[in-house]
Amino acid sequence: MSGLLERIAGKLRSYREPGYYTKLDHKWTMVIDLDKCNGCEACVVACYAENNLPVVGREECEKSRAFSWLRIERYVEGEYPDVKVKFIPVMCQHCMKAPCETGCPVYATYHNQDGLNVQVYNRCVGTFTCATYCTYDVRRFNWFTYKWPKPLEAQLNPDVSVREMGVMEKCTFCIQRIRSAKDTAKDESRPVKDGDIKPACSQSCPTGAIYFGDIQDPESVVAKLAKSPRRYRLLEELNADPSVIYLKRVMGDGTSSHE
Amino acid sequence: MAPHHMSDNQTGDVISYKEVNDDVVRTMTETGKWYYIALAGAFSGFLAFWILPWAYQIYKGQGVSGLNTPDFWGIYLTNFVFWIGISHSGTLLSAILFITKTPWRRSIYRSAEAMTFFSVATAAVFIFVHMGRPWNFYWTMPYPNQRQLWLNFQSPLMFDVFAISTYATSSMIFLYFGSIPDLAAVRDRVTGWRKQVYSALALGWRGTDSEWHWLFKAYTFFAVFIIPLAVSVHSIVSWDFALSKVPGLAKTIFAPYFVVGAIYSGSAGIVTLMIIFRKAMKIEKYITLNHFDKLGMLLLVMSLLWSYINVIEVFTGWYANTSAENETLVYRMFTTPYAYMFWLMIVTNTLLPLLFIFKKCRTSILACLVVSLGINVGMWLERYLILTTSLPRKFLPYMWHDYIPSWVEISMTLGSFCFFAMLFLLFVKLWPSVSIYEVKEDIGIPMRKGGGHH
Ligand code: SF4
Ligand code: SF4
Repeated sequence: MSGLLERIAGKLRSYREPGYYTKLDHKWTMVIDLDKCNGCEACVVACYAENNLPVVGREECEKSRAFSWLRIERYVEGEYPDVKVKFIPVMCQHCMKAPCETGCPVYATYHNQDGLNVQVYNRCVGTFTCATYCTYDVRRFNWFTYKWPKPLEAQLNPDVSVREMGVMEKCTFCIQRIRSAKDTAKDESRPVKDGDIKPACSQSCPTGAIYFGDIQDPESVVAKLAKSPRRYRLLEELNADPSVIYLKRVMGDGTSSHE
Repeated sequence: MAPHHMSDNQTGDVISYKEVNDDVVRTMTETGKWYYIALAGAFSGFLAFWILPWAYQIYKGQGVSGLNTPDFWGIYLTNFVFWIGISHSGTLLSAILFITKTPWRRSIYRSAEAMTFFSVATAAVFIFVHMGRPWNFYWTMPYPNQRQLWLNFQSPLMFDVFAISTYATSSMIFLYFGSIPDLAAVRDRVTGWRKQVYSALALGWRGTDSEWHWLFKAYTFFAVFIIPLAVSVHSIVSWDFALSKVPGLAKTIFAPYFVVGAIYSGSAGIVTLMIIFRKAMKIEKYITLNHFDKLGMLLLVMSLLWSYINVIEVFTGWYANTSAENETLVYRMFTTPYAYMFWLMIVTNTLLPLLFIFKKCRTSILACLVVSLGINVGMWLERYLILTTSLPRKFLPYMWHDYIPSWVEISMTLGSFCFFAMLFLLFVKLWPSVSIYEVKEDIGIPMRKGGGHH
């Protein structure tokens, strides 16, 4: 009898078996090797150029309204001359249990089958909830409708929409590049290969500190790097299950960049 | 209802039914110069402080506010929670006192219910004010559409949409049902355009036994329905914050904390409003010191409850002992300017109401006015502090940034008070703001025999 009950319970519960929600076509993951990162901010510039981010000027930046989807956080420790400067690039972590997604009343932000946290600009009504709930403060809001002065509008990326005022946005893992890589692969009737996709930040990094790929493919570079003993994720204790994996920087004295 | 004893008489020296009718209808038909001045002031304040800045904000974008990257919620949401809180007492108090058959409810409940409805309206406008694209607000409603877009029922904001619209509708119906016999009484003693309007509003009320019977049934139903609703509305408002992960917002105590805070600030709002109202309308014989005595006791109890929960809130934050929680607590309690606000809030909300232990203070209009205004200031500060000291200190110190409200936000805060005053001023002229038939019950002469209630 109890065996039967257990079987029924098991059947009922099967939809929530671990993995039910995480069965994805891909699980795009970024690995950032902090040992290689020298804080040059080339990735930040690349992100601005690729994703049509407005440059808002000094005054707005002082109000903490800078538009960078990707930022290099700098932390200084100790007193001169014994100073340690640590930096870490932070963009949307594409959390698998994203706090931001539960907040949006209209599903403007949701998880897609690629394991990405996507933002639908057209659907956004601007309640700010996602940005408040995001534990990494990576969301950016269009406080005004930003304009590009005359010759500059010619450099806008045609693959990426220009957002209007009142809309929330954030790093997309360069979804336009993912799309085009998938389309090319489909035209050639093959699955997407590791290395087909390179987000702008990863492409522009002079030391090659940013890796990108599908962690579900065990042969991919990111899957291998993710097994590194230096691996950690930002604010892991909050249990948002972020998709960006950092590799600790090991200092000369044996301490690491992540306390 | 219950047989009337002399001790039931809460309304001082009211003599006859006729006098009650005349007094209440007088508040509606005789309009002094000061009324028009006040109404004009409130209306122009509403236009200048709210509508114009809001139009400016819609035209330019949310950037004209002081909001910035970690502080996405500021004064707008503070005001939203504040006005929802103010709304909490009117209807809730009226319903609870009705069910418990408390006699002193009768002369104050009508205006308290109106207060509920108007503050919900004010709060609702703040939802639109704080949105980035308010012209798309209807996307938060579940309506069938070709693209099959649907709502996210996980979102506490979604709960809010439903909770607040349900609450607004049912408190409006509650107010209306309770007023029908009075609207009929007004209908019978006015002329001209008023006659037509009130004839329509009174729904052909004739005062037969069966009408009283059904009214009583419906009214009781709504009274019972509204109590859990009011509790749930403010719990849901608190979940807007508590369902996040932000230190200082993600607290399990928030639902009861907000409900208690809401009833507290709402009761204080009633006291302030009643003091002004009875003075301006010269109806001191209906709203007596006895009422303030009872409301004072309520405020005292709510103050103790609120203080207790506040201590628990700080304690759990401290007990968690994570660096983020500690930072938020230090930021809130010991960093200027927030420290001033925090300790001022403790003075007005915890210490000042202790005066109400003494009956002397409870029955002194001046003390009531000072304490109730103090509580409202304190409760506004509480909501302000919850947002402005939690969001600037989230997890990653690199993104810490303080929030300073801009003139647009401050102006709209003032404007909301003008808006509320305007609605209330219109109400006292257009609606019988003291319940005629229930005050009559108080006089102690049986009105009808058999069957009927009220
Ligand atoms: S990092 Fe923030 S915006 Fe990105 S998925 Fe996580 S919670 Fe959402
Ligand atoms: S993945 Fe693309 S959008 Fe995200 S930080 Fe890098 S360049 Fe910017």
